[in-house]
Amino acid sequence: MRTPLYGKHLELGAKLVDFAGWEMPVQYEGIREEHAAVRTHAGMFDVSHMGEVEVEGPGALAFLQRVLSNDVARVEAGGAQYSCLCNEDGGVLDDLFLYRLGGDRYLIVTNSANHGADLAWLGRWSRQLGDVAVRDVADRYAMLAVQGPHARDVVTRTLGIELPLRMRVAAVRIGNRPALACGTGYTGEDGVELLIDPEIVPAIWAELLDAGVVPCGLGARDTLRLEVCFHLHGNDLTPERNPIEAGLGWCCAEETGFVGADAVARARREGTAETLVPFTIEGAGIPRQGNPVLAGGEEAGSVTSGTFSPSLEVGIGMAYVRTDLAEPGTAVEIDVRGKRRPARIASKPLYQPKG
Amino acid sequence: MTLAEPTYPDDLRYHDQHDWARIEGEVAIFGITWYAQDSLGEVVFYDPPEVESTVEKDATYAEVESVKAVSDVIAPLSGEIVEVNEALADAPEKINEDPYGEGWLVKVKLTDPSEAEQLLGAADYVALLG
Repeated sequence: MRTPLYGKHLELGAKLVDFAGWEMPVQYEGIREEHAAVRTHAGMFDVSHMGEVEVEGPGALAFLQRVLSNDVARVEAGGAQYSCLCNEDGGVLDDLFLYRLGGDRYLIVTNSANHGADLAWLGRWSRQLGDVAVRDVADRYAMLAVQGPHARDVVTRTLGIELPLRMRVAAVRIGNRPALACGTGYTGEDGVELLIDPEIVPAIWAELLDAGVVPCGLGARDTLRLEVCFHLHGNDLTPERNPIEAGLGWCCAEETGFVGADAVARARREGTAETLVPFTIEGAGIPRQGNPVLAGGEEAGSVTSGTFSPSLEVGIGMAYVRTDLAEPGTAVEIDVRGKRRPARIASKPLYQPKG
Repeated sequence: MTLAEPTYPDDLRYHDQHDWARIEGEVAIFGITWYAQDSLGEVVFYDPPEVESTVEKDATYAEVESVKAVSDVIAPLSGEIVEVNEALADAPEKINEDPYGEGWLVKVKLTDPSEAEQLLGAADYVALLG
């Protein structure tokens, strides 16, 4: 599959990769330059592969409270909230943002690899609970994430729109079509995510490019999110892991009785055998997904995300480790293809955006 | 910054796994080709082999890593490592900037210089890239 910006990516000479069935740009000029642009100025990502699901009706709140881990009743009109979608065992099916567009109208943004399965899951629960419509509206939106300390200024100036505050959503007009501006992102920097009519998104991309916003690929998206310890579903979150061991207890409100709440409450009460922690390599070596974590020479966990941090210029990652090793400062080793690399468990985030 | 255009010097011999050898009698210098560094992206880490270790034609002898991936480096010829490019420890980006010059990886004393007959000339290597 291709996003409406596929032609723009080719024009810019992007390297394309397959991502969950989508031909997506992994980089244009280079990951380090793109990463630096977002940390110091403004970069833009085509994230049109992500899915959108509209939820509407008098039963919308009750439905969302049932399927999402967070307390949806706390989301005011124009608000945004991060949540897990759990199965009955508390396993994480997806992690996603919920936006309340008005009264009983909500929008969920899903991870592209999970969009189909999420829709099926949400559809099943909506039929069971009633009074709510769940619609796949992925074709209605292209999505641009514009991120960085200057992102808001450039978007405001270039597109002439008022932007919502952080963790808010606003209905706006972009290219004289209805659009949504969201004060959210996946980089740790300030910025916005814009849901735009697919027909006009190439023109908007060109305007932002002319205004000096740096096009960024999935490569930089991954290094940026990992430096600030944002989870990637499929790596750091899976249906076999619950939100507690993933460090996402803060977005679980078990008292709402969401699907999986009992299992999550038990994990919170009794603790978990393993915990997801960020770590930094001390010295040479770049950790990668699947590398074993060693403590006292014995296997004590596994890396779920690993990369070279362009900001810190060192190998970083996240790993599930035995919970007794999860304390920041704990020394471990990462087995990087047979070489034991000393590493230290760190606290979140690994990199503090200067904002 | 990298060499903007694909470049494959005529004086080198090429292995189809995107490695080159500059042969001078019984000694050769190895490195990776423009295509290899371009596919990999910005190199951020080079893990060199030990001096005096042996390398075998078609076998892995080192690793180069970019931000997003690690790649094995294949020896185009067999021999014993007599020197490694120490400067790459602090400046691995030289592999992108100057893959046939400052980005060289190892110097090898060849055990069988006739193995070079199995390597490709520049034109044949370029044809292989399509």
